[in-house]
Amino acid sequence: MPESDAVNVLVPTPLRSFTGGEGRVVVPGGTVAEVFDALEARYPGIGERLRDDSGQIRRFVNVFVNGRNVREIDGAATTLSPGDELGIIPAMAGGTPA
Amino acid sequence: MLHVPPQSSTVSARNANAVVQAIGHTPLLRLRQLERHFGFADTVELHLKTEWVNPGGSIKDRTALSIIRAALAAGDLGHGQTLIDATSGNTGIAYAMLGAALGIPVTLVVPGSASEERKRTLAAYGANVVFSDPYEGSDGAIRLVRQMVADTPAQFYYADQYNNPANIAAHVTTTGPEVWGQTDGRLTHFVAALGTTGTLMGVGRYLREHADHPVQLIGVQPAEAFHGIEGLKHLPTAIVPGIFDPMLPNRIDGVTTEDAFDAARALARVEGFMAGSSTGANLAAAARIGQALTAAGASATIVAVGCDGGSRYLTTGLWEAD
Repeated sequence: MPESDAVNVLVPTPLRSFTGGEGRVVVPGGTVAEVFDALEARYPGIGERLRDDSGQIRRFVNVFVNGRNVREIDGAATTLSPGDELGIIPAMAGGTPA
Repeated sequence: MLHVPPQSSTVSARNANAVVQAIGHTPLLRLRQLERHFGFADTVELHLKTEWVNPGGSIKDRTALSIIRAALAAGDLGHGQTLIDATSGNTGIAYAMLGAALGIPVTLVVPGSASEERKRTLAAYGANVVFSDPYEGSDGAIRLVRQMVADTPAQFYYADQYNNPANIAAHVTTTGPEVWGQTDGRLTHFVAALGTTGTLMGVGRYLREHADHPVQLIGVQPAEAFHGIEGLKHLPTAIVPGIFDPMLPNRIDGVTTEDAFDAARALARVEGFMAGSSTGANLAAAARIGQALTAAGASATIVAVGCDGGSRYLTTGLWEAD
């Protein structure tokens, strides 16, 4: 049974070394920060790839919730609903999921 | 004037057009204020090869021109074939620009994460753009091109910048002699970011053959697999380009995305030149090299490659306010 607040995380190729090669993982979390905490708990080391020492999303990392960049919402504090899709993409010349 | 269809004889005749003539011979500028900012001694010079001056805005104009010329000479292009390649951006812009100028159809496979400006730039030149999985980055684009070419091989000329010797040749014949001549043969350290690795391979090969003293060849790669330095490859985890010769560089330095961004910002604020994140990576590596040489009391002439301009990255974290 998936957790009640589980979201789907789309993992880009360069981070799949942490997820055992998985491109899509399901973790709990009511905010982007909580999802990142859950990812770090399950895949140690992945968290520091996503956030800097102050807990902010690193400048080159774009995080999309259902296709919308969380920088345009509330950043790491952006709230999530169960079943949401959270995509992580290195910010190559800006970018949105196709 | 009559519209002339792009046949092979026409393509070679139009090879001498204005855009082609505008490629290369870029200025090499000494960055005295950045030398001070980085704490270099007066005996340690830092020069930047300003490749954004090329008509397509990046060093990739040289690569694309060399690849297209070689393909035309071999008869692989100019008979209705479409040039196709995987590109994270600048090479695509160069192919699209030259395709327009020379009457060659161009199809580009670009990761779906490319910015809106990038997509519109390619469309402005009339290129056909196909998007690959944004989560698979440039390696995903390479895999998609290989599949498209395998499906209809007769339709395409696969330029394959990662494995095409004409990529290296561009820098053996142009970039290498330019930096050697522009430093009056004083060049001691050449610093180039690694994407296809063509710049370091080509300039390195030229310098190994023509320099009368040993020149340090320093490649620059992202310090981590997950990074935001446009166009660069983390060689331990990426598809290693076929043109890469690991024996040629003296060493390969890793630079974090944050350090690359900071160096690009320093260039903008201290010297007044806006360059992209790969130029920032080269400058971050050059800063460490120059600081070590300063500490050792040495003299040096460091040349870093300014791969492209900074306005291409206005929507990225590169210029995001602190």
